Amino acid sequence: MKLKVATTVNGRRHEHEVEPRLLLVHHLRDNLGLTGTHIGCDTSQCGACTILVDGKAVKSCTMFAVQAEGKNLQTIEGMAKDGELHPIQQAFWDEHGLQCGYCTPGFIMATAYLLSQNPNPTEDEIRRGLEGNLCRCTGYVNIIKAVQTASKTMSGATGKKATVAAGGN
Amino acid sequence: MAVTQLVGAKIHRREDPRLITGHGHYIDDFTRQGAAYAAFVRSPFAHARIKSIDMTDASKAPGVAGVYTARDFKGQLAGTHPAAPAFVAEKKYIPERFPIAEKEVCYQGEIVAVVLADTKGQAADAANLIQVDYEELPAVMDTEKAMAKGSPLVHQGAADNISWDLTYTGPEVTEAAFQEADVVVKEHILQNRLAPVPMEPRGVLAEYETYDKKLTIWMSSQNPHFIRLFVSGAMGLKESQVRVISPDVGGGFGSKISPYPEDYLVPALSRLAERPVKWIETRTESLQNATHGRGQYYDVEVAAKKDGTLLGMRMTQFLDVGAYCGTFTAFQACTCLMAGGAYKWKGISARTIGILTNRVPTDPYRGAGRPEATHLVERMVDLVALELKMDPVEIRRKNFIQPTEFPFTQNFGLVIDSGDYDKALDRALELVGYKELRKKQADLRKQGRYLGIGISTWIELCGFGPSAATAPATGGIALVESAQVRVTPTGSVIVYTGTHSHGQGHETTFSQIVADQLGVPYESVELRHGDTSEGTAFGYGTYGSRSLAVGGVAISMAATKVIDKGKKLAAHMLEAAEEDVVFDHGSFHVKGSPDKAKAFGEVAFASYGMNLPEGMEQGLEAVAYFDPPNLVWPFGTHIAVVEVDAETGNAKLEKYIAVDDCGNIINPMIVDGQIHGGAVQGIAQALYEEVVYDEDTGQLKTGTMIDYLLPGIGEIPPLSLDHTVTPSPTNSLGVKGIGEAGTIAASAAVINAICDALSPLGIKHVDMPATPDKLWHMMKGASK
Repeated sequence: MKLKVATTVNGRRHEHEVEPRLLLVHHLRDNLGLTGTHIGCDTSQCGACTILVDGKAVKSCTMFAVQAEGKNLQTIEGMAKDGELHPIQQAFWDEHGLQCGYCTPGFIMATAYLLSQNPNPTEDEIRRGLEGNLCRCTGYVNIIKAVQTASKTMSGATGKKATVAAGGN
Repeated sequence: MAVTQLVGAKIHRREDPRLITGHGHYIDDFTRQGAAYAAFVRSPFAHARIKSIDMTDASKAPGVAGVYTARDFKGQLAGTHPAAPAFVAEKKYIPERFPIAEKEVCYQGEIVAVVLADTKGQAADAANLIQVDYEELPAVMDTEKAMAKGSPLVHQGAADNISWDLTYTGPEVTEAAFQEADVVVKEHILQNRLAPVPMEPRGVLAEYETYDKKLTIWMSSQNPHFIRLFVSGAMGLKESQVRVISPDVGGGFGSKISPYPEDYLVPALSRLAERPVKWIETRTESLQNATHGRGQYYDVEVAAKKDGTLLGMRMTQFLDVGAYCGTFTAFQACTCLMAGGAYKWKGISARTIGILTNRVPTDPYRGAGRPEATHLVERMVDLVALELKMDPVEIRRKNFIQPTEFPFTQNFGLVIDSGDYDKALDRALELVGYKELRKKQADLRKQGRYLGIGISTWIELCGFGPSAATAPATGGIALVESAQVRVTPTGSVIVYTGTHSHGQGHETTFSQIVADQLGVPYESVELRHGDTSEGTAFGYGTYGSRSLAVGGVAISMAATKVIDKGKKLAAHMLEAAEEDVVFDHGSFHVKGSPDKAKAFGEVAFASYGMNLPEGMEQGLEAVAYFDPPNLVWPFGTHIAVVEVDAETGNAKLEKYIAVDDCGNIINPMIVDGQIHGGAVQGIAQALYEEVVYDEDTGQLKTGTMIDYLLPGIGEIPPLSLDHTVTPSPTNSLGVKGIGEAGTIAASAAVINAICDALSPLGIKHVDMPATPDKLWHMMKGASK
């Protein structure tokens, strides 16, 4: 048996027929080809599959695709616009907030939700806000810095726009 | 080398734009038209005989393309799992291992059957329908029990469950030292079994082209060339028929070095089924089957004089091999050779025993043998200091190998290339505010609070490795490294390396080196790695903190060869003698006449033209292999400050200082990142992580991320980092490895801090992980 699911993903409407048991993360990756959302644990611990569902951070392995019917989804692929990085992405780049990069899309999406709720979080609030995501490479040190930098940029505290860092190609 | 603006600069990583936008290419992002999905049926028992396998229902299930057991692979795969000599040249017993079990399973998770289906879901559903009839056999889950008389046997071929028993140096080496001793301190030190847990599990996609007889394997690997070597051999193919591509790798930490059963089975399935086959590991499969690290205990005794002079050490390593010898399980025996640490000893007696158990094999995990050595020696030095009522700083200073004594030949004949251990220690003490902390500690003790300061003055050997040492250790292929530098007609540069990044940023740092050396824009240098069809004939991979110190140097050597050829051509173009031409900042010019010059790009273009010196071939490219004359020896001091809560036993890390010396630094941002992540893995070993099997049933109790405790963002305090720079004399770049340093240093710092905190209670040693429960019980027991 297959069920219809219609979603808006990164501003584009999609309609698919899916098995009821299909997880949203598999739908995104296998049916929509949005492979930036990663799978790291199968038990909803790691947060690598975090996306925004109607603006809220959700681990996309905790939802069936059919539960996303009518929802507005944003994935990592929807963060940069017209070749311009989102300030959170820029901050992760600037602060070396990633190494292998596998957990990074999840962290960026979780950060997007955190900053939408609390534009100027304290270090403690950042730690609590991102406790659902795991990283094995960075020791979290530079992830915290990246969130702090993104928060400053987005609230305009530095008064300047994020620039593309030296050495990019 | 000419250092200009790039080497040593904090350059943003060029890998990142794709990774932060969701456009990286990890193994699960690949597929092939018509691919079938594999699901493996694995043993639920730690030890059992396979009586029968009923595949009737599975083979009729929807979408199923094939169901296979060991018999189906007999004509497809030959040989046994490779077990390198590593640091134990002669082993007593290496169990035979076929990638899929036929008659007997020896650990929970061992593969017994596999299903191919059109979708992942169908494959998983059908795998559940396979009925395996097992006869459970006695299992042994513990090394001490495995060595006891009458223990169940992991394999009938090893009547004592011993894989190896090697004495590097006998007790006679330390006899004089122990006779001279005023004090002898003994301890039994555990190294908890750990799971590497890269965030990306493993995965294999293979496509065998039946009519071309060519095999392409996409997989998440730290060393694709070795996988090509092993898999081609097992499948009866020539290496040239096999291409292994390792794309973006989502972490490895040692667990993606050795070949795994699936690395053979998935390509063999593609050949059997005549279609591409894909398999992606689940997290439980990963925790169950990816090799574990550590899993050892040590009996150690140290002899010292009253004044704190260290004299001798006697140590035995009891190492849990697991059910089979991993490819580099015996590498971990290097703990013995590194047990002396940063200190001078009259003698060290060292023995390693490799013990078989019914658990998944152990293999290198970040640091592999060197964290164990640091933990051991740093713990023992603290215990001697405690016994003599000396400050742990003072005893270290008294016994350090001094800067004037390098190159220093240590007790096992290894030559430590360079070091300045006091300098790093001084800086770390300054950063942590040592004297004030000791005062604070004394004040808090009066209030019944337990603050501890733990010091780890670590050293490391890495950068494998000289061919003389590593060819015998790998069974023939020396761990040198290869590189190719190719310059296109328009002057852009493609660099190929046999190492492969899994988060270390090689695309950035190696391009920094080449751009600096050739004097070309950084943007015109491109690094290629992770594909056996590109670059030199063989690459040696990324592990043991070797990529820069061996691979980076090979790249630099290839660039030098390019410059040498460029000089010849430039001399011809400038109508000058070759010896009069100098190369500087991207320009060839005549000595003393900077105006008479040809830019690097002009020479590159000319090299593809018709006006070349007599006998010169077209093109501008070079291959280099670097066989390092020695290993490299980073060092440093880490200091942890921990308060243990008297009520709950919780050890809270208050402060963490890391001062490390990896010689010259190519990109300080990346070096700091490696220290952060490395130190946190060591801290996590000390406080949180442990693989636990049920002693009676042999079941893995830490088979998901719910049960295996990885540190989260809430646990880790800010780390304060600094560096000293003592260039390595071993290579032309003066560099040493840094990928494992943090992990090598950290566990000892944390545990020393906890022991220091609890010393008023008479607690001298705490084993890892120092969980609140364990500490609470120890504190209650001690204060009774």
